[in-house]
Amino acid sequence: MSQTPNTIPEALLPTSEYEEEKLVHGGLTFHDVTEVVARPTEEKTPLVWYVCLALALGVLGVFGASILWLVWAGTGIWGLQQPVGWGWAIVNFVFWVGIGHAGTLISAILFLFRQKWRTSINRFAEAMTIFAVACALTFPGIHVGRLWLAYWMFPLPNQMGMWPNFRSPLLWDVFAVGTYGTVSILFWYVGLIPDLATLRDRATTKTRALLYGIFSLGWRSSMRHWVHYERAYLILAGISTPLVLSVHTIVSFDFAVSVVPGWHTTIFPPYFVAGAIFSGFAMVVTLMVVARQVFGFKDLVTISHLEKMNKIILLTGTLVGYAYGMEFFIAWYSGNEYEAFAFVNRAFGPYAWAYWIMISCNVITPQFFWFKRMRRSIPVMFALSIFVNIGMWFERFVITMTLHRDFLPSSWGYYMPSIWDILTFIGSFGLFFTLFLLFLRFLPAIAIAEVKGVMPEADPHHGHAHHGDVRHAEHAEAH
Amino acid sequence: MAKLKVLVAEFDTPAQIVEAAGAVSDAGYRDFDTHTPFPIHGLDRAMKVPGSKLGWIVFAHGLLGFSVALALQWWTSAVDYPMVIGGKPYFSYQAFVPVCFALTILFSAFGTVFGMFFLNSLPRWFHPVLAHPDFRRATDDKFFLSIESTDPKFDATRTRALLEQIGGKRVALVESP
Repeated sequence: MSQTPNTIPEALLPTSEYEEEKLVHGGLTFHDVTEVVARPTEEKTPLVWYVCLALALGVLGVFGASILWLVWAGTGIWGLQQPVGWGWAIVNFVFWVGIGHAGTLISAILFLFRQKWRTSINRFAEAMTIFAVACALTFPGIHVGRLWLAYWMFPLPNQMGMWPNFRSPLLWDVFAVGTYGTVSILFWYVGLIPDLATLRDRATTKTRALLYGIFSLGWRSSMRHWVHYERAYLILAGISTPLVLSVHTIVSFDFAVSVVPGWHTTIFPPYFVAGAIFSGFAMVVTLMVVARQVFGFKDLVTISHLEKMNKIILLTGTLVGYAYGMEFFIAWYSGNEYEAFAFVNRAFGPYAWAYWIMISCNVITPQFFWFKRMRRSIPVMFALSIFVNIGMWFERFVITMTLHRDFLPSSWGYYMPSIWDILTFIGSFGLFFTLFLLFLRFLPAIAIAEVKGVMPEADPHHGHAHHGDVRHAEHAEAH
Repeated sequence: MAKLKVLVAEFDTPAQIVEAAGAVSDAGYRDFDTHTPFPIHGLDRAMKVPGSKLGWIVFAHGLLGFSVALALQWWTSAVDYPMVIGGKPYFSYQAFVPVCFALTILFSAFGTVFGMFFLNSLPRWFHPVLAHPDFRRATDDKFFLSIESTDPKFDATRTRALLEQIGGKRVALVESP
């Protein structure tokens, strides 16, 4: 905004962040933003939503049925045996936890880095996090086969006078994932409060006014409240940032703390974190491409937003590819024959098919995003994001299958999933999509207040050359 | 208790509300507030709102979370039910780091959210300003300034005149029913 003369030559002036890129397209006003986001929750429910919900509920029913059968018959219904005592349950657990990571990354880390484009997608991604963590938590819950004893993992004084073993990574998981789920819900809810107030104020029926009224806690958009609110949001972002990195680190300890060749490596924590962000962003792209089309969010979630996510997919996918290479290098360089065998067996053993699916999907797929045309093409990114999700599921599968040939050739085996393994996994998508559809229908899928806050009109100096605002001063210094 | 009365005025743009807040603050009012659909940076300074003390609440909670985690693991592993696992010492603090970390974050997060509710006195389902006929738009696209009758300088006629003079529209005196 340097149209007015200034003593500094114009070329040296920092470009206003609003000029760098317009985050909201279509010339929307504040009111239009409210309208666009609130509309899907207020309109008559479209038929397609009911169809989708019926489908999702059907799949959720499969999930429920497979869990019931598991409770009735025990873990024998799964394909588990020796030496693979951990089958799809841990594969699915790590897969779902990983999916969740994009949400917290977008809401916390990108917030701290002042990446304003996150505002259009963070609500959506945070919801995805919570639902993915809910799916993830069911797997460690049910894999013991005796769900009613899951409380043994909690430090409760029970009738046996025993305590859980705090030196075990499996217990760290309970705390890490439990904390992650709780903090994600709190973060999400705090972000929702002003938008729930918006829906309350637009309510036309008593029920809506009452329900949104209760959950918006009587929010009256007071500036004195905003001061504490913004501080709370900043602190939550600050504490979630190490949390999101630590959760998958701790999940990787489930493997790395053991002495199994191919698992006992220090690269696991960063490699798992990169993979989690990789798969999480892919899932956001998959879902967002569909949702922005169906709900008409195209002015708020622009191609540039999607392109930025694709760049992150490219970055993290390449990190994951590097980790695959480094694992091989270390296996050779360490001179440890068990380690070397584990990796040769991965790439050329009985599970080579899974390994090469993983490599094709995770290493080759993201490389297409070097090209701007690919990054900005909706069909391309939709297809590639699905490949990434498949590849990342296979990554966890490949890691787990390291177990199938351990130190003793006499105990070698080949793991085959049973139909119940497959149905439980497919069923978990039912839970995920049911929750997601309910979210899209009843809650604002885009953070209304935050999007308004990054619009140029929100700046009290909008239209003036001078920027006295602290944020602008910082921005200028940064350049 | 006397009924709380509030004078509420409406403004159209962020620039107007920042200017109005500065004028009201300069006129010596204390118990006033602005209501905006999103936080406007610079408005807090125009209103002379002190910075949030939330950080201290969170720090205390974080410390509490860490202590609880450490005490829990020490008590259960080294005192109440000592057991040798993998040859590790009873108080193997290195292994206790993940749980200490997780509980520090968990307690901090609860401290942040409930501390924010506490500082903002939420939930509060009714406040007189909500009775202003156009106040619904405070969460949409309008900007409001409210002055409460508890303010020592509050005077129904003169305060109203001030609000109108600084460009406030639809000035209305609202009170709890």
